[in-house]
Amino acid sequence: MADVGQAAFRNAAPRAVDGASSGGFRFSTREAIKHAVLILGALIVLLPFYVMVSYSFKAPHEIMQNTGGFFGAQELFRDDFCIKLGNAEEDCMVRPLNYNYTTAFEKAPLIRYLANGVIVTVSIFLIQVLVALPCAYALAKLRFWGREAVFGLVLFCLLIPVHAIALPLYIMLAQLGLTNSYAALIIPWTISVFGIFLMRQFFMTVPDDLIDAARMDGMSEYSIVWNVMLPTAIPALLAFGIFSVVAHWNDYFWPRIVITGNRDLFTPPLGLREFKGDADGDNFGPMMATACIIVTPLIVAFLLAQRRFIEGITLSGMK
Amino acid sequence: MSAIALEGIEKSFGATRVLGGVDLDIRAGEFLTLVGPSGCGKSTLLRILAGLEAPDRGRVLIGGAEVTGLRAAARNLAMVFQSYALYPHLTVAENMMTPLKLRDLPRAARLPVLGPLLARDRYRALRAEVDRTARILKIEPLLDRKPGQLSGGQRQRAALGRAMVRNPVAFLMDEPLSNLDAALRVHMRAELSELHRRLGTTFVYVTHDQAEALTMSDRMAVMQDGAILQTGAPEEVYADPDSLDVARFVGSPAINILPGRIDGTGGLGALGTALGRFRTTDAQKVAIGLRPEHLSLAPAGASGFEGAVRHRENLGADVFLHVDVEGIDRPVVLRTTPTETRDLAIGAAVGIDADARAALVFDETGRRLRFEAAELVRIA
Ligand SMILES: Nc1ncnc2c1ncn2[C@@H]1O[C@H](COP(=O)(O)OP(=O)(O)OP(=O)(O)O)[C@@H](O)[C@H]1O
Ligand SMILES: [Mg+2]
Repeated sequence: MADVGQAAFRNAAPRAVDGASSGGFRFSTREAIKHAVLILGALIVLLPFYVMVSYSFKAPHEIMQNTGGFFGAQELFRDDFCIKLGNAEEDCMVRPLNYNYTTAFEKAPLIRYLANGVIVTVSIFLIQVLVALPCAYALAKLRFWGREAVFGLVLFCLLIPVHAIALPLYIMLAQLGLTNSYAALIIPWTISVFGIFLMRQFFMTVPDDLIDAARMDGMSEYSIVWNVMLPTAIPALLAFGIFSVVAHWNDYFWPRIVITGNRDLFTPPLGLREFKGDADGDNFGPMMATACIIVTPLIVAFLLAQRRFIEGITLSGMK
Repeated sequence: MSAIALEGIEKSFGATRVLGGVDLDIRAGEFLTLVGPSGCGKSTLLRILAGLEAPDRGRVLIGGAEVTGLRAAARNLAMVFQSYALYPHLTVAENMMTPLKLRDLPRAARLPVLGPLLARDRYRALRAEVDRTARILKIEPLLDRKPGQLSGGQRQRAALGRAMVRNPVAFLMDEPLSNLDAALRVHMRAELSELHRRLGTTFVYVTHDQAEALTMSDRMAVMQDGAILQTGAPEEVYADPDSLDVARFVGSPAINILPGRIDGTGGLGALGTALGRFRTTDAQKVAIGLRPEHLSLAPAGASGFEGAVRHRENLGADVFLHVDVEGIDRPVVLRTTPTETRDLAIGAAVGIDADARAALVFDETGRRLRFEAAELVRIA
């Protein structure tokens, strides 16, 4: 965030000087319209997040009546579920913020879900890298018969939507007896054609001389992939990592299909369902608290890796 | 003894034939330059020698043993690339240590983090080796920097260092100086020559710059269109080229080529001026090559050719005079002294005298016609 602010300041500085020389700030309708549109877009994107965060702070009646502003009044309220369990009323008075977040962790094994999410996304990413780097290296730097055809297939596979092949995949996994296991969550995603494509494009920018130098030094081809290509490709790998982790951390569709009974294997998005359709109605406060907890790791990771991420996207290779 | 031999090397990329049966003997300890115009196949030949490219036909021998099928690392050759090709994520010291590690350490000791702990003594020995080489190249202060933090010249030295550490049979260099600025390039020429004398190892040096070939090498091989035209000491190639192409390629400014003919009586003439007499009586068209230093200024109207001054190229000690002569497309270039040409204006009419004994005569196919010097008597 600080970076963005600084960049904006840097960009603004020369213009301010211009303005001063010609007598003060000059209003530009075009710029104003541009910014208005962008701000409107940003608001539309941010609104659901605002609601999510706000609801996670509020008491149920505040959510229903839409009162209490962003933070809610944070007044004590009566937890009906607690009363139902036979506790005295004064023991069941809770603060909304506390109530929402503790319920999120109590009602569902959220820690377990988060751990599952980490296991699944990290395994998927590591295996994807393990597969994609050698493939991309071969497609970018080795000369072999049929290379262009193989690359054509990679491009073709980019066009296949996952939902189209979900059913056959499910049937295959079911016949192997792998549904309701980590394997079912991980295996279908281990070969990422997007990863192969992205890394190939990056490897194309690595000079051939560097690879020849490594060969002269005595490295094997695999050794070149892991000791020369991997270190030079860190920015691109990070970009791919964010795509991959975000996609699979947030994925609801596939875990919903292959994890049918075993709650121990739920990933965080599946965990959200726990708050849906209870006997005493939807419980939005804890549900939104869960949602906040689920998205936080991603947002933190993105902020940490922001600069490198953008480097990777622009594919500005080595000089 | 020949340290390296290439026998009948052929190579095509798809339909384009890049090398057509190249034979080359490289002597132990010599500085051999492969020189030729861009795209003539020098790099390809060097890469075949290095083992980075496989020849379609032919054999590569190092120290008498055939290595044609051997992979690059097993040949114990070191290569310096035009782009230096240093590992960007490693420091200069780590760059230099990489080939040593791969050669000397078992797999377990090469593991990151764990390796240096397991084989501490061996790492210390390798580091000592790196330091020794760094001292020779005077790059000790740079050892802990990454390639991105070095200037072009420093990178060049680091690349040399990486090649030197493992005492290879020969150094292969592919235009290592072409990314440096002019002054540094001239300086590095001298430094490389000195390094060669000091190490006494075979150097195979590829360049498209004939000046580098002339100044640095013990022997040079002139290549064109995938074939070696002539191999020999630089003086020999310069003074006694076998073909018109070699004569044209070597020397700067380039040799002057005058159209001429030998008549039925053996008289050699160019542009209506008799230059000498040959014993042969085969009448034929020839090309006469005269280097700028074999032409001199004569008063207009006297013997020799005449022309108009077109351009005066002043190099300080020498002045190269470009003169338009009727009947020749390109201006004739002659070397003169500044005092001789001080009063010459552009467009002035001048006469040119030729030292006919130095003339190089080529037949219509570009082959050199050799005659004993005595036969070519100046009569003009
Ligand atoms: N991998 C390749 N595939 C196809 N053609 C190639 C390949 N490598 C080289 N060539 C062709 O072979 C010819 C010789 O290339 P080479 O690199 O050996 O030239 P060079 O003499 O080193 O030229 P330069 O002085 O420009 O480096 C060129 O015409 C080039 O286009
Ligand atoms: Mg080349």
